[in-house]
Amino acid sequence: MTSKDRILARIRRAVQQPAAQTGPGPDADIPRDYLRVHATRTPQERVDLLAAHLAEYRARVHRTDEDGLRDLLGRLLADAATVQLPPDLGFGLPSDPSLTFVTDHAAQTPRDLDRVDAVVTGCALAIAETGTIVLDGGPSQGRRRITLVPDHHICLVRVPGQVVDSVPEALPLLDPGRPLTWISGPSATSDIELERVEGVHGPRTLDVVLVAAPDPRPDPDPRPGTQ
Amino acid sequence: MTRTDLGMPAFPEAAREAVRDGVLRANLRHATHTIRDKRARAVAELADWDRLRAAGKAVKDHTLRHLDRHLLRLEAAVTAAGGTVHWAVDADEANRIVTELVRATGEREVVKVKSMATQEIGLNEALEAAGIAAYETDLAELIVQLGRDRPSHILVPAIHRNRAEIRDIFRAEMGRWGRPAPDALGDDPRELAEAARLHLREKFLRAKVAVSGANFMVAETGTMVVLESEGNGRMCLTLPETLISVVGIEKVVPTFRDLEIFLQTLPRSSTAERMNPYTTMWTGLGPSRGADGDGPSAFHLVLLDNGRTDTLADETGRQALRCIRCSACLNVCPVYERAGGHAYGSVYPGPIGAVLSPQLRGTGSAIDASLPYASTLCGACYDVCPVAIDIPEILVHLRERVAQGGPVTRHGIRVRIRPAHGHTAERAAVRAARLLLDRPGALRAGERLLARARRLTPRRLPGPGRAWTDTRELPSVPAESFRDWWTRERGTPQ
Ligand code: SF4
Repeated sequence: MTSKDRILARIRRAVQQPAAQTGPGPDADIPRDYLRVHATRTPQERVDLLAAHLAEYRARVHRTDEDGLRDLLGRLLADAATVQLPPDLGFGLPSDPSLTFVTDHAAQTPRDLDRVDAVVTGCALAIAETGTIVLDGGPSQGRRRITLVPDHHICLVRVPGQVVDSVPEALPLLDPGRPLTWISGPSATSDIELERVEGVHGPRTLDVVLVAAPDPRPDPDPRPGTQ
Repeated sequence: MTRTDLGMPAFPEAAREAVRDGVLRANLRHATHTIRDKRARAVAELADWDRLRAAGKAVKDHTLRHLDRHLLRLEAAVTAAGGTVHWAVDADEANRIVTELVRATGEREVVKVKSMATQEIGLNEALEAAGIAAYETDLAELIVQLGRDRPSHILVPAIHRNRAEIRDIFRAEMGRWGRPAPDALGDDPRELAEAARLHLREKFLRAKVAVSGANFMVAETGTMVVLESEGNGRMCLTLPETLISVVGIEKVVPTFRDLEIFLQTLPRSSTAERMNPYTTMWTGLGPSRGADGDGPSAFHLVLLDNGRTDTLADETGRQALRCIRCSACLNVCPVYERAGGHAYGSVYPGPIGAVLSPQLRGTGSAIDASLPYASTLCGACYDVCPVAIDIPEILVHLRERVAQGGPVTRHGIRVRIRPAHGHTAERAAVRAARLLLDRPGALRAGERLLARARRLTPRRLPGPGRAWTDTRELPSVPAESFRDWWTRERGTPQ
């Protein structure tokens, strides 16, 4: 008898159900009368709530439009020399000659990324009620490691189109088959006498830029490229 | 079976030490009160909290009722996504599987994300015996590991250490494990966190193998979910080539949609945040099956029983398997606040530990037999639990079991345990009861709850509590509810 068989047999004895036809059971016995959203909001209110909640977690929140983005990025990257990019950010970049841009590619090692000063990405969506941005590895975001190892992450959110109200609204829009990273403020710890310290292992600085811009184009290629 | 802390004194002895330690009690009190107040605010923000709680309970109950189905579904989904699933009946088997998997990579070290399951099975010790170094990467776990210490809280495992102690530990020990602490290291938490960042970064960048647990596993899709704050989880889950996750079988939920409940209730119950800084979800090796260099190229899931199916066989006790390890029950527990986490003699401290350890490990040892008595039955733990585990009900049930004996399932076999009369276990239990029932108010609250807990309408407390009530007139049950009593005795209800 394998361990698997043994565990399954123990479970069946424990719940006194015969094997096999213990169907997944009607989902109906799970009361789902909780709220889908916790308030009715206009798109603008949704964006404002996202901004407020992100700021509360000490993310730095900025607002601009497509025309203003280049300048803003230039300012946010003032101290950077090397900037990491996903395969396809979908926005124009500052043309500052002092900046070197590196595009995500499979051969980039964690050590390479450790020498990068900042990373600029888009996101899959953002959740207002919890102050969360979600990355799903799409072309505007790249592999998970590029938003992890560099010390400064600048994340662009197209508003209002990419902002949803709540967690229950967000999940159906996400593909669980893809690697998902939910980010709510910069890395933090309260392990020492409960005093909150920002920035342990993830990026210590998180800039979220709310860009008034149309919804992202549908992803032509569901995975980051390997150029 | 589970690694019991052999030689661990029974709860009352261990607790007495903590009760005498003024610094420890002050630290604990500050921590638990701070988190519980924040939690109350975070929970109050959601008008539908009770409905989320009921839904979370229902999802977990449903899953446990059909656990075989959901595990098979999970296995199929993980396998289809390029992962490999292993089944471990007990701690030894799980440790053997992980050790073999690490050996097969040729590596001698692994980085670890905080995981209760791997602590429960003593994985670090097993790896060490096999010549493999396991590095804890959660800041608190690092403090515990460097200090050769034991965790004392689920969420903030080093809460019993203050900043000066942590600085001393870093200064003395970091160099032996890797990059030493800076010479002039002070005791500002910011400086200490920075020292940990530098110390661990070196390990993350070179690590080839990582070991994690998981908060949830989705049967439908094979998706694993890890919630964290520091980013050490993301490092371990995405940078190494091989990822091994050891997860208790009760962590499965049926559908991806079910996460909409727990991703709302867990962060608020645990760190009292609307959402924790980072949550990672991954499904096997991802859409490219590991070819795109995003995340590990090998993923192993070790499904752990280790007493869980025995717990499942107990109709009253099985609800403990709903636990999502938020630690809210610790922070409201008057006994935990007095006794500290170490007194519970297992990786699961506080009210949940008092009901989980004696079920996972059996009540054969003095510590496990005394744990069901490590409570005043005030019911605050039940009130805050995001999956509505009636901990007092289980405690009463386990007390009866210890005192009067009865049927239990051990290692999958139904046996009848004898009453603990005159047994060392009972003596330990009586002392625990005395230690904790030395305040009439607490006993009254317990009685109120006992009356509420259908099964028993006792004139005497069951089990060793009886020794106490035999010599005293039981106070008549007050007209006020225990919640009112709690409010009056201890301030705002949670
Ligand atoms: S028993 Fe409930 S309150 Fe305690 S840790 Fe588990 S889920 Fe949280």
